[in-house]
Amino acid sequence: MVKAQWGADVQPSEIDLDGPIDLGQVGLELATELHGRMSLVREFEQRINKLFLQGRIPGTIHLSLGQEACAVGATAPLRTDDWITITHRGHGQALAKGVPARRLMAELFARETGCCRGRGGSMHIGDVAVGALPAIAIVGAAVPIAAGLAFAARQQGSDRVVVSFFGDGTLNEGDAHEGLNLAALWQLPVVYLCENNLYSISTPLSRQMRNTRILDRAVAYGMAGVVVDGNNVIAVYQAVTEAVERAREGGGPTLVECLTYRQGGHKRDDPATYRPKDEVATWLARDPLHRLRRAFETAGLGSVVEAAQAEAQSLIDDAVEFAEQSPLARPDAT
Amino acid sequence: MTTIVEGLRDAVAGEMERDPGVFVMGEDVEIGGSFHLTLGLRDRFGAERIRDTPVSEAGFVGLAIGAAIGGMRPVVDFQYADFLFCAADQVIQQASKLPFMSGGQVTVPLVLHAPTGASGRGAQHANSIENFFFGVPGLLLGVPSTPYDAKGMMTTAIRANAPVLICSHKHLYGTKGRKLEHLDGSADPVPAEPYEIPIGKAVVRRPGRHLTIASALLMTHRAVQAAEELAKDGIEVEVIDMRWLAPIDVDTVVQSVEKTGKLLVVEEGPRRGGWGAYVAAAVADVALGSLDGPVRRLAGPDTPIPFAPHLEEAVIPSSKRIEAEVRALLVAD
Repeated sequence: MVKAQWGADVQPSEIDLDGPIDLGQVGLELATELHGRMSLVREFEQRINKLFLQGRIPGTIHLSLGQEACAVGATAPLRTDDWITITHRGHGQALAKGVPARRLMAELFARETGCCRGRGGSMHIGDVAVGALPAIAIVGAAVPIAAGLAFAARQQGSDRVVVSFFGDGTLNEGDAHEGLNLAALWQLPVVYLCENNLYSISTPLSRQMRNTRILDRAVAYGMAGVVVDGNNVIAVYQAVTEAVERAREGGGPTLVECLTYRQGGHKRDDPATYRPKDEVATWLARDPLHRLRRAFETAGLGSVVEAAQAEAQSLIDDAVEFAEQSPLARPDAT
Repeated sequence: MTTIVEGLRDAVAGEMERDPGVFVMGEDVEIGGSFHLTLGLRDRFGAERIRDTPVSEAGFVGLAIGAAIGGMRPVVDFQYADFLFCAADQVIQQASKLPFMSGGQVTVPLVLHAPTGASGRGAQHANSIENFFFGVPGLLLGVPSTPYDAKGMMTTAIRANAPVLICSHKHLYGTKGRKLEHLDGSADPVPAEPYEIPIGKAVVRRPGRHLTIASALLMTHRAVQAAEELAKDGIEVEVIDMRWLAPIDVDTVVQSVEKTGKLLVVEEGPRRGGWGAYVAAAVADVALGSLDGPVRRLAGPDTPIPFAPHLEEAVIPSSKRIEAEVRALLVAD
């Protein structure tokens, strides 16, 4: 009998998803920075939720409330010239990589001053100047494209790396399979960051795949894999830092699975009533920002939390004002 | 004398010499690829730049898009154009739209080379793929039918800052382009130096005054053959080779129709959804007053293509059928 080998360091069931966050693991300066970025993402999304419901933002938006630690923890180890690929649920990913809040907000408002000049909208946000490839909203399609960005970097003799975000649902797309295989085959400098939020819209993981141990995919493709508490920004940061170093040094790709949860529905017209109430309650108690705030407060640093909240509010106030005062995207051909 | 595949290969090799960012990727390209586009190039440029892939069209097209965004100029060689369907999202939704959606931040200088058309290989290897990609905004589409055009259009495609699909007909790889260039059957030598062919410009292959034929690829060769036969009876047909389908050169067709008053569009693929319908509609739109007869389309039937030579022959327009169609249109006058 042949037993399946599992390459993960830790089984998901062995991860403590409720434990305290240890700021000392990365030092106070970095912890404060990570907290500031998460506060900004949270404030941005709570604000656009209101603006959307008020009818001030056109199109559609997908919120990542509850998944901020993945975006912030996975981008913090990167240089500005490293790439990320962004999903349809990507406001946090874009902000965390450094897309200015003003230009991001203006994009959602379909303004000429938006990061994509109002041609993309919420599902195509990005800014090449900070290594944020404008988002690809087709599930799975970015996986081989990320491999290609990594391929170009290597062929050009650069040590740039790529972090490619996607969700658990992506792993059943053919493009994702093909891209993961190529990245492993050619040992490309890319980190595949799976935000496993347990649902693909309404369909739970157990109804998406027979084998729900996502890290088994890493074994199948012959790449390194690791699973972490995706609501602990420091855990995500540490796992991705190691994966990025490996990629930069020519050690090939890594699949990083972040265990997390989408606090709201898929989009604004989805109340997400398909999820068990106790499951939702369990995960709301694991809110990644609240956990991080508690760590600061426990350390007697409640002022850091207050300062970050105030700064986030003022940045988003400014971004909304900038967006609303900007001219609408012009109806030209490009 | 150069063939179409030699012209294409010459262009790829020339651009690889000139620009270290150019590389070729695809199934079995190290041994030359399915229609010999890269024959001998692995020895010249090495396996890093003439790069074999797994059978994984969506994967390697996606990877090529990423590489193109990252500053390289990939040339993806398809074994058969039909396999583009496996990579359709990457071509239609990613390569062709990212430049727009990003507000111009991203360019995708990507070339897809696809052997198109029927060639006795049965229904799944016989699509006239150009029709499926004809209506994709953001994608340039070239259909060379002579070695001169093959080299120039491939060079143009590799240098373009946009995704380009180059469809070559499976039956034309070995052709030397005779009769399309000069009435006496000669063809100009293909220049050794690189050169470009203007994007979106058609070319008149044979001048005439009685009727205009708009065609592409293998059908251009057959239309010229039909025109030669018709000339023996004093019927002078003007044959236009579209060369590019996107952007498409309606002006050249309109100018010709203003002279001849009659238009026959000849295409190999199924009638429904063919690019010829666009040409017919555009001419009717802007030059109805110049027409003195109905616009006719000669195309394949709306069926899959059979493999058997006698059955394939029954569905793909031949020079005889083109000739008959022209005579019918002129008699109707």
